[in-house]
Order: sequence, then structure tokens, then C-alpha cells
Amino acid sequence: MIEVTEVRKCFGDVVAVDGLSMEVGQGGVGALLGPNGAGKTTLIRMLATLSAPDAGTIRVSGVDVVDHPVAVRQMIGLAGQQAAIDGTLTGRENLVMIGRLYRLSAAQARRAAEEVLERLSLADAADRPVRTYSGGMRRRLDLGASLVGRPRVLLLDEPSAGLDPAARVELWSLLGQLVGNGTTILLTTQQLEEVDHLADAVTLIDGGKVVSEGSPAELKDRLGYETIEITVADLAELTLAADTLHSLALDAAEIDRAAGRIAFKAARDRSALAAAVRLLDQDHITVEDVTARRPTLDDVFIALLGRPSEETDAAGRARG
Amino acid sequence: MTTTAPRLDRLPASARIIDPLVVARRNLLRTRRTPQAAVAALTSPVLFLVLMRLVFGGAIHIPGITYVDYLVPAMLIQNVIFGGLSSATGLAIDVNSGLIDRFRSLPTPASAPLLGRSLSDLALQVLATALALIAGVAVGFRFHAEAVDYLILAGLLVLISLSVFWVFAALGLATKNPETVQATTPIFFLFLFVSNAFIPVYTLPHWLRPFARNQPISIFNNALRALTQGQAAARTALGHTTTYYVLASIAWCAILAAIFGALALRSYRNL
Repeated sequence: MIEVTEVRKCFGDVVAVDGLSMEVGQGGVGALLGPNGAGKTTLIRMLATLSAPDAGTIRVSGVDVVDHPVAVRQMIGLAGQQAAIDGTLTGRENLVMIGRLYRLSAAQARRAAEEVLERLSLADAADRPVRTYSGGMRRRLDLGASLVGRPRVLLLDEPSAGLDPAARVELWSLLGQLVGNGTTILLTTQQLEEVDHLADAVTLIDGGKVVSEGSPAELKDRLGYETIEITVADLAELTLAADTLHSLALDAAEIDRAAGRIAFKAARDRSALAAAVRLLDQDHITVEDVTARRPTLDDVFIALLGRPSEETDAAGRARG
Repeated sequence: MTTTAPRLDRLPASARIIDPLVVARRNLLRTRRTPQAAVAALTSPVLFLVLMRLVFGGAIHIPGITYVDYLVPAMLIQNVIFGGLSSATGLAIDVNSGLIDRFRSLPTPASAPLLGRSLSDLALQVLATALALIAGVAVGFRFHAEAVDYLILAGLLVLISLSVFWVFAALGLATKNPETVQATTPIFFLFLFVSNAFIPVYTLPHWLRPFARNQPISIFNNALRALTQGQAAARTALGHTTTYYVLASIAWCAILAAIFGALALRSYRNL
């Protein structure tokens, strides 16, 4: 449904997208995962016919976006990072306007707006100016604006950015329903959790290139470890403890001699934490503290991109 | 969600008419809901007119025309410029908010959001013109031309408004920033003051006169003066015939619309 082949896009000297290829099948949900500046938004903009690739081809349902932009625009719905709706208009007025520009008649546009408002539980607020909406409601309306034209392909640039957890879950369930209706979705995100909930194919990109791709399960397998930290009570037992835990560790353990702490990566599916405590108990080593940490998005970036992601911190702070 | 969008590569001809109207309606709704800016834009020329009439009315004498008859037509052109600045600001805001990107992703002609803006602008312009004329008449402005002149006047005002719009559309789309648009205001003040809008050109320094006499604002002003004051006043007070100023205005409109229309559409496509 979406075929991106060897696409390249530069802005001056900066290569934003560098020979990128990817595909999303009919009715599938593809996720573009990557840090800021990875080229996600640039790619979405090219798919939405907002800018043309310097090289390579992009097809939506077999139609080339450069040769037939008008035909492509009739098939797609775009929801960008900003809620691109008019705050002084009511929700209904916004949707009817967009519906008219999707080539619906006045009556069709009104009906489509009504349907979308019902579906997004915005019917009660339909005739209020959008500036009185909460952030979550604005986002939903923005998504709704991309739905009034009944697009076959939805392009969503960070759809859950700035949403509180409840609103995010609501959005995910809505997108899930859309996929049930056969709509193909390509979304960008910086959140592993979102990928987990929605996507059946993930393309991890960085510097405009594909770093890794596969299903979320495959992606997780590649990161299938947790980090276990154990602090022993008696520093003299540290080396013995490290030897004992060696069998559980996936790679060399980090040992902090001053603090008496051992940190190592262990396979997540083997209840390594319990095993570690049991092994140490057998050797009569007294454990003072023990923690297990599941992989974070930062771990993904470190594992696959070889460096931490600055914005993961920022996103973490923003989410509180 | 079963409807299949037709793979139309060409938009129906009706889109070129309907879509600008859809966008114009949205702009006017927006103006009606947040009327503060529009009210200020509509009332300040009236205030300005009254002040100019009181302050300069006694000081400036132009043979063959009273100062208020000289001033009011120029106020109509000043309205076009100020109205244009607010449409440039409006477009820049729409670019910033992502709304223009949304329009560009829809199967609507590239010209629709811009033509829509020019139509809603024109509607406000009609209102501004009516207000300025009423205020003008209240402070002594009188029509001295023929009935056919007033028809041409109405047509020419629409043409000027729609053509000058493209200058501001290009500005709004090129800067993409309402603050930058505001920062260009002095340029337009320069054009207004180095023109025949408030004073006759012969009072300006020698070297400025050729520019001041022929730049579009002066030509537009004189065309409106000729069309409201009649042929006799045009000859004695302005120097050329009504026909000269009307044709020169149409030429300026064509030049401005061609150059800035092309620039605006290019900016729109490459946003």
C-alpha cells in the first residue's frame, strides 16, 4: 500500500533522508521509530505530497506521489505534529470545511463530520469553539479531520505527542478500530510502548537511514534482556558473588567495588532475578539490595544506534 | 470506510470555485468570532481621516481640488494596504499552525486557500471602503464625477484589492511568520508617505518626485481621485486624464498580480 524505494531528500547540505526504503502492506500499521532529526517527519511530508523527494520513488496504492499528487491526496489523511485545526471555529465547522476540501458535497461533508464526531466521542463538544477543547480533544479532532475524507491511508506524525496516558490509550484503541476497517496506517513515534500497542512493522531510522526493521516482537527479541543490579552486604564476597552470577549474565558484568555492586544483563524470559537471588543464597552470600530494570527506550537507542537518545530524557521529563 | 476514492488526477472545475469560497467562509467566521483586529482595522482609518482633515486640511492647498476630496480616495488605497498586511499576517499564522500543510495535503487546488483569503479580504475591504466614504462625506468629501465613473470606480477598487492582495500573500508565505510580517510594516509606510497620498508630489524633494509620482500607490490614488472628482479636476489638479490614471492603474495591477502571484504560488508549493 505504501512503498518507499531508495528515497533521498536533502535540505541544503543536510541529508535528511538517505536512500531509505520501506513498505507497509494493505491494512497494516507501520511505525517509523527514531530520534528527533532522524528523518521521520521529512518522510511523512513526502508521502503526504507536501515536498518532493530528490531521488527515489514513493507510491501510495501504486500511485506515484510526484507524478500524481492529486490522486494520492484523495487517498490519504494526514495528521501532523501540530493540531492543524482552527481554534475559533467549532469542531463541526472544522470538519465540514475539511470534508468540503476532500471533494464531498455540502450534505456529504455534514454527514461525514457528524459520523466522525460521534466516533471520536466529540459529539457533545461539536458546536463549541475548538479553543475551549482540552489538549486530548484537540488531538482527537485533528485526527478526525484526517478521517472525514475516508482515507485509505492514514499518515500520523507523532500522534500521541503531548497526550496524557489515558488519552494515549484512547487514541490507540481508536487507531486499532481503524485498522480493523482496512485502513493502512503509517505513524512516527519516539515511544516503544506505542510501537508495542499498534504497529505490526517497525522501521527504526536514524540519520535518514534504516537501522533496523521487523515486527515489535523481533525488535524486543533483539533487546530481550533486563539489567539486574545486586549489592552485597560484605565487600569481601563481591568476587565470589560475581563468579556465582556469571552463568546468568549475557555479557561481562559491571562491578563497582567501592559500592559492592554488580550489574549485568540477563535474559528477560528466564526469571533471572529470582535465579540470581537463589544462587547467591546457596552460596550463603548476604544480599543487601537487588533490582531488575526492563529495557527502556534509551536501551533501544544504545543497543541499535550505539548512542543514547537525548530526547528520550526530554520526553521522560515531559511525561513526568 | 468502504468507499474507494476515485483516482482522479484532475480536479473537477467546480473545485476552483467552491474551494476558495469554503476557505473564504472560514476566514470570515474567524474574523466574526475574533473581531478585535478587524474592528481596529476598520475604525482606525476613520480616525486617521478625521485627524488628517483637521490637521493638514488648513495647511495644504491644491489648486482645483479641496483637501478632503484629495485625501479620501487615498484613504481607500491606504485601507487596501492595511487590509493586505492583516491578510499576510493571517496567512503566516495559518502556515505556522499547520493548517496550510493540511490544505496542501487535501485534493484542493493550490490556489484555493489563497483565492479564499483574497475573497474574504475583499469582503472586509468593501466594508472598510463604505466606512471610509461615510466618514469622508461627514467631514466634507463630495462626489463630482459622472455615474459611469462610479461604476468604473467600483470595478477598479475590486481589481486593485485583488491584485495588491498577491503582494501580501507572497509576503505572508515567504516569511511564514506573523512577527516578521509586522516587521515589514515600515516598508509599506514608506510607499504610503513617499506618494501623493497625503501631500502633492511637488512638495517632495526633486529626486523623490519621479518615484513618488509613478509608484502604484500614487497612480491608484489619482485614479480614484479622478473617478470621484471628475475629468476637470483630474486635468487641473492631477495632471492627466481619468483614462490615463485608470489605464495606468490596470497596468500596475497586472504587473503586481503577475509577479507576486507567481511568487506566492511558488512559495505555497514549496512551503
